[in-house]
Amino acid sequence: MTASTVKTQRQPIVPLLPMPLLSTPEAAFAARQRQRDQSSHPELWNLLDAVKDPEVPVLSLWDLGVLCDVQQDAQAKVSVTLTPTYSGCPALETMQADVAAQLQQAGFEHYEIHIRLAPAWTTDALSPNGRRQLQAYGIAPPLQDSCALAAALTPEAGIECPHCHSDNTRRISEFGSTACKALFQCLDCAEPFDYFKQL
Amino acid sequence: MDNREAHVADSQAETLRAATVSYAVRLGDDALVLGHRLSEWCSRGPFLEEDLALQNVALDYLGRARMYYSYAAELEGQGRTEDDFAYRRDARQFSNLLIHELPRGDFAFTMVRQLLVDVFNTLWLEQMQRSADQTLAGVAAKGIKETRYHLRRSHEWALRLGDGTPESQQRMQQAVADLWGYTHEMFEMDTLEQSLVAAGIAVDPRPLRAPWLQQVTSILTQATLSVPQDGWAVRGGRSGYHTENLGHLLMELQSVHRAYPGVSW
Repeated sequence: MTASTVKTQRQPIVPLLPMPLLSTPEAAFAARQRQRDQSSHPELWNLLDAVKDPEVPVLSLWDLGVLCDVQQDAQAKVSVTLTPTYSGCPALETMQADVAAQLQQAGFEHYEIHIRLAPAWTTDALSPNGRRQLQAYGIAPPLQDSCALAAALTPEAGIECPHCHSDNTRRISEFGSTACKALFQCLDCAEPFDYFKQL
Repeated sequence: MDNREAHVADSQAETLRAATVSYAVRLGDDALVLGHRLSEWCSRGPFLEEDLALQNVALDYLGRARMYYSYAAELEGQGRTEDDFAYRRDARQFSNLLIHELPRGDFAFTMVRQLLVDVFNTLWLEQMQRSADQTLAGVAAKGIKETRYHLRRSHEWALRLGDGTPESQQRMQQAVADLWGYTHEMFEMDTLEQSLVAAGIAVDPRPLRAPWLQQVTSILTQATLSVPQDGWAVRGGRSGYHTENLGHLLMELQSVHRAYPGVSW
C-alpha cells in the first residue's frame, strides 16, 4: 500500500441531495435498513459493524446512525460516508481513523471517507438494537416522539431510569458528559444517569 | 453562447465564488471567536453542570467554525486549511461581528450575550437552511437543532437571573445595556452580502430585526428586565475594524501556532 492511494483525513465535506423527509423514527431507521439491504456489498456493511462509537463503545457506527453509506466502485475503491452527530463532535476524527483501520485490516487499500452534513443526523437514525444497547449500557435512549421539533427538547422529568426502570426521575442538566447527552437522576434508586438526548 | 458571453459568465461565477469564500470565513470567524469566549469559562463555571454545558455550547460553535473554514479553504482552492484561517491571520483580517469578541464578563454578561445571539441564530439559521449553497445549507441544518437547545438554556438563565436577587437582576440589566449597542451590527449587510443574497446564497438579515426584537422583548420582560432604547451602535467587525479585545483573544488562541509554526500533536 502506498501512502498516495490512501486518503483518510481532511476529505472535503460533500453535501448530497437531501433524502425525503421522514416523519417517524421507525420510518427513518427503516429507510436506512432498506439502503443496507439493497446494497450490492453487504460484506462491507458487515465489516464496518465492528467499528464502535469511541464514546459509547457498545454502539456501532451503524447502530448510532453515523454510518450513512458504503459503496465500492468498479476499481474496487471503497467509499464510506459518515455524518457527524453534533457540529463539534470530537469523536468524528476518531471514527474516521477507526473506519480506515478496519478497512486496512481487511485488506482494502483504496478507500475514501466522506463527511456528509445534509440531511443532518437525528436520533431517529438510531437502530432498535442500538437503543437496547444504550439502555443496557446505562444510558437512557432518546424519546421517540419527534413529530413536533419544538417539543423535541429534553424533558425536566420522567425519563425512564436505565438501571431500575422507574420513571420517577429528574433532569439535572441539559448538557451532560458529551454534547449528545443530558444528565438525569433517578429519585427511586438515586443513581445519576445519562440520557441520550433527542435531536 | 459565444466566447465573450462564456467569458462574462465565467467571471461572474468567479466573483460569486470569491464572495462565498469571504462569507464562509465571516461565519467561521463569528463561530470561532464566540466559541473561544465560551471556552474561557472552562473550570470557571458557577457549578459543574453549568461548566459542562458552557463547554458543550462552545464545542458546537467550534465545530461550526471548522466546517465554515474547511469549506472556505476547499472553495478557495489555494491549498489553505481550516488551521490557516484560525491561526494565521491577524485581528485586522478577522471579520466577525463585534458582539462575539467582547470579553466574557461576568456570568450575567455571558448569558445575556448568548440570549441575544441565540434568538438571532434561530431566525437566521432557519433561513440559511434554504441557501442555494448546499454546504452552507447543510451546516445551518445541523446548527439550527443545536441552537434550539442553546436558546432554551439562555432563556432559562435570563428568567432565573433577571427575576432573581437584586444583585443578579442589576447585573443582567447592566449586561443588556452594555450589549445593546452591539446588536445592530447583526442586522446590517454590506455589498458583498448583498450580492450573495441576490444569488440566494446568503440571508438578508435586515428583516430579522423585527421578529428578533419581539422575541427578545418578550423574554426580557418576562425576566423583569427592561429593553433599552436604541441609541449608540458600534460596527465595523465585517470590515476588520475590531475592538481591542479581539487582539487579546487571538494572542491566546494563536499562541502555540505562533511559537511553533506548523506544530501538530
